[in-house]
Amino acid sequence: MALDKEFNEIPGTIVFDAEQSRKGYWLNQFCMSLMKAENRARFKANERAYLDEWKMTEEQKQAVLDRDLNRMMALGGNIYFLSKIGATDGKSFQQMAGSMTGMSEHDYRDMMVKGGRRIDGNRRIGEDGDAQRPQKDPAKGR
Amino acid sequence: MARITASVYTSHIPAVGAAFDLGRTKEDYWKPVFAGYDFDKQWMKTHKPDVIFLVYNDHATAFSLQMIPTFAIMTGPEFNPADEGYGARPVPKVIGDPELASYIASAVIQQDFDLTMVNEIDVDHGLTVPLSCVFGEVKEWPAKIIPFAVNVVQHPVPSGARCLALGRAIGKAIMSYPEDINVHIWGTGGMSHQLQGPRAGLINKEWDNAFLDRLIDDPKGLSQMPNIDYVREAGSEGIELVMWLIARGAMSDVVAGGPKPKVAHRFYHVPASNTAVGHLILENAG
Repeated sequence: MALDKEFNEIPGTIVFDAEQSRKGYWLNQFCMSLMKAENRARFKANERAYLDEWKMTEEQKQAVLDRDLNRMMALGGNIYFLSKIGATDGKSFQQMAGSMTGMSEHDYRDMMVKGGRRIDGNRRIGEDGDAQRPQKDPAKGR
Repeated sequence: MARITASVYTSHIPAVGAAFDLGRTKEDYWKPVFAGYDFDKQWMKTHKPDVIFLVYNDHATAFSLQMIPTFAIMTGPEFNPADEGYGARPVPKVIGDPELASYIASAVIQQDFDLTMVNEIDVDHGLTVPLSCVFGEVKEWPAKIIPFAVNVVQHPVPSGARCLALGRAIGKAIMSYPEDINVHIWGTGGMSHQLQGPRAGLINKEWDNAFLDRLIDDPKGLSQMPNIDYVREAGSEGIELVMWLIARGAMSDVVAGGPKPKVAHRFYHVPASNTAVGHLILENAG
């Protein structure tokens, strides 16, 4: 039984469920491999060659090369796994999270200091909040 | 017999751990966060536990997608702080309580909760950041710790109702343990935060504070809230808050009826990195 469809009706959000987990298995396991220093070094030396060692789709590999976190999420990535790529690149979690919003690092940090993103208008797709930018994966078919 | 005297609730934000480890706790940004835990240092002098049953979640550190248990109790003798990609935190190793942990595992599984028993695991910021916040800088943690991991990463994750009932089963198990020890149960994670997508940075102060109110006064009612409400209102990573209901379920009013616990301390602050910080200490009545 799939999750309640309401989980897919939150704007600017991809819920990591069993279906996404299945799609993203090798993408996320590639990310886990970056927990080891020797793997980080090999990845940095030749990203394409390292990615080709994994049973990932071409789209997933390209999203990693592009460091497109929203795309990686749509293709089955989970943020805690994807954060290993950020750690490899020397980025903080705030830089990573901020990079997915379309805001500059400064503006994102500033928004957080002022109390964070507001919930009003951001509960359901179709409201008028600032997180309503379309980002669902059409290929996901839901 | 063993007694559960208190429950402690706190966020477990990795950036707080980093600020602590890098000695930045007095900086303007971090000072108000750490000030929320000043009370704990005094309180712990008179309420020191022998054992802490610490509910947390692993963040793709020890559990990859290869396997993710929904509920895992750590029955081993000791656990090292994990290297999460930035080097292991320079904090003491966690000393477990294998006798009590296996006693609880056995008692809780026989109450129909299917726990995974884990003997070897490195523990991540979800477990060590709460310890740093509450105890500060110490050479060794002042209590034995039984880590208990909950899957809140891969949906479906357990419901609030399931978590409250599990806490009740854990509470019953601990209270039937024949040694005279003082046990605390901690619930960690939250409060509102979302780390992904265009909605990243979401904070819902009103919702968080209503959650704290209901956790104190109406845990049974709160446990009926569906998981979608956590994700929608408190952000995709705000779902971690279901773990607080495990700690709340082990308090004596839920386990055996009777008076509500006393609120010893309550704290709320925005922001720490991407997240709202919440912290609560409840003492069992009597």
